[in-house]
Amino acid sequence: MIAAADALYLVLAIPFAAAGVLALLPGYRITARLNVVATAATFAMACILVVDRPPVGRFLFVDDFNVYLIVLNTFVGFTTSVFSASYIGHELETGRLTPAYLRFYHAMYQVLMFAMNLALLSDNIGLMWVAIELATLTTVLMVGIYRTHEAIEAAWKYFILGSVGIALALFGTILVYLAAQPVVGEGLDALSWTRLVESAARFNAPLLNIAFVFILLGYGTKVGLAPLHAWLPDAHAEGPTPISAVLSGLLLNVALYAVLRFKMILGANPEAIAPGPLMIVMGLTSLIFAAFMLYRRRDIKRMFAYSSIEHMGIITFAFGMGGALANFAGLLHMTMHSLTKSAIFFAVGHIAQVKGTQRIAEIRGLTETHPVLGWGLVVGVVAIAGLPPLGIFMSEFLVISSTFAREPLLAVPLVFGILVGVGALVLRLHGVAFGEPLGSTAPVRATHVPMLAHLAIVLVAGLWLPPPLVAWFQNVAELLR
Amino acid sequence: MGGLSFDIAHLLAGALVLVSFLLLYQSRISALISAFALHAFVLALAVAWQAAIQDAPHLFVTAAIAFLFKGLVIPIVLNRMVVRLRIHRAIETVGGIGPTMLVGMGLVALAISVMLPATDLADPLTQEDLAFALAVVLLGLLMMVTRRNAVSQVIGFMSLENGLILAATGAKGMPLVVEISVAFSILIAFIVVGIFLFRIRERFDTVDVQALDRFRGERR
Repeated sequence: MIAAADALYLVLAIPFAAAGVLALLPGYRITARLNVVATAATFAMACILVVDRPPVGRFLFVDDFNVYLIVLNTFVGFTTSVFSASYIGHELETGRLTPAYLRFYHAMYQVLMFAMNLALLSDNIGLMWVAIELATLTTVLMVGIYRTHEAIEAAWKYFILGSVGIALALFGTILVYLAAQPVVGEGLDALSWTRLVESAARFNAPLLNIAFVFILLGYGTKVGLAPLHAWLPDAHAEGPTPISAVLSGLLLNVALYAVLRFKMILGANPEAIAPGPLMIVMGLTSLIFAAFMLYRRRDIKRMFAYSSIEHMGIITFAFGMGGALANFAGLLHMTMHSLTKSAIFFAVGHIAQVKGTQRIAEIRGLTETHPVLGWGLVVGVVAIAGLPPLGIFMSEFLVISSTFAREPLLAVPLVFGILVGVGALVLRLHGVAFGEPLGSTAPVRATHVPMLAHLAIVLVAGLWLPPPLVAWFQNVAELLR
Repeated sequence: MGGLSFDIAHLLAGALVLVSFLLLYQSRISALISAFALHAFVLALAVAWQAAIQDAPHLFVTAAIAFLFKGLVIPIVLNRMVVRLRIHRAIETVGGIGPTMLVGMGLVALAISVMLPATDLADPLTQEDLAFALAVVLLGLLMMVTRRNAVSQVIGFMSLENGLILAATGAKGMPLVVEISVAFSILIAFIVVGIFLFRIRERFDTVDVQALDRFRGERR
């Protein structure tokens, strides 16, 4: 049995060491398998953290909130690496990636996992910033890995917008330090999140307010909130599909997690502005904007990227509303969206490979030619559209009903945005999944296990949530206030 | 003595804002790179002065990094790159110097009017440093928005990071972790940028150089 403190370090050390090894090892078969083994081991370590929790350390800590995201993060990282193994083999065959780039890809995948886990586990807001910057840089490199004109454009756009966002977040972090310094004292303590929340009530409120605006704009860029979302559709559409899955399913969550940590600091200070309204406005804007953008999309990956913006909008809105029920719904929605959206990208990745195109107009009748992929996509889209009985229906229902109970007027644009989004998704799904088959009908040589596993979890969660999980989500929702 | 050290810190931070304005209206790329070197040099002086008056020797490292890396190495590398890409004499349309400068002044006013009231409790030096730092950050953003060329966007971004370093050093006792990480991340950022500039060459080719080659009948 591994002690909790060791598990904590191993969650970080395994991906870090794997990155080094994968950078050196030649051969696609070994590296792809090793990638899967490393992510599986990281997931196992994360599960230990759930059962047994290490004490708060100098830089790292585990609490109810981040432990659930760590498990989600490592789980989706693991399933994506299984998907990536079959996806990347095809890319190698068709010559879109060279063996050298593949080595680089696997190493970067592990660095990304390391950076995201570090961001989630760090108690130090400076360290958290460094980790998110590292995650940004690795994804920039991966988005540009195909080296086509469009991929480079997408990566450049992501790099510029991402760096500006990350720079603003650093300015916000410095301001938080300045607000904390007279109370907590100089040095490392004034960056430690646990210390900051403890004594936040005595911080200089105006400074905290400005800091939060910078944090929200900075990390909000990474969450993909409108109007700072411009990088997101391009980065999703042009990079390798496993990266689209990880970006949508995990990195957006990690950035939102950072915002929420700062929201908790603000919440502990009675004189600071309420961060809720800011988040509600940004969330609603993203939701409605993305819902309308869904109609005009011609590229299938781009369409699901806009759907991610839409859902991050809903989640930000839910946390902006605050309160036990809305926070609960936000946490549930975060989980469900991660699982569903990555399952959709798993399906879309194989579909795009077999059809040789990402254009929606050129993909038709999937349920006839590729039943598993086609129906998998149907279930995934039905789930992401928020139709019953799947998990997202439940979380969206909770968001809407809690909004109706407290601010009925706000529920109107919320429901409107969600319905507009549903319309677009159903419209597009109909053409892609049904009708006369178009394009290649060659069978897919790939494992569908990751996609089916995610969809199964989403289905089960829609029907029945285990009571301990509910109790735990409620606990975290209380923590978030 | 307190008065003098305050004045010098004030002067250096103010100079950084001034050089940011200088960056805004440089239309030729090689001139822009030189102006950026000056920007990094002023930053190094400001950080070194902070190190001296705060009695924080580790800040000298930050100052040295700013001077050597951003003031010397990056401008030299960028200059070479620009020559190799054959865009060193290229003149970029900045989109009207007058309006850009006016917007820039507005941003500085905004930075000061936002930061000064908020940091009432902090000591005046931190307060003004922070206001200037925010001004530099906003001017860097403005530059990134008004430029189309990849090299000038990167320079805009680096001037923005300079503003962040000014803010971080102005915050008394900010732990070393952050400074090193800032410097380190800039390093990584620059590697990324280097790779990008190599790949982005394609883009420049189609914009001007290839057209020129075709015109001369020496298509590669």
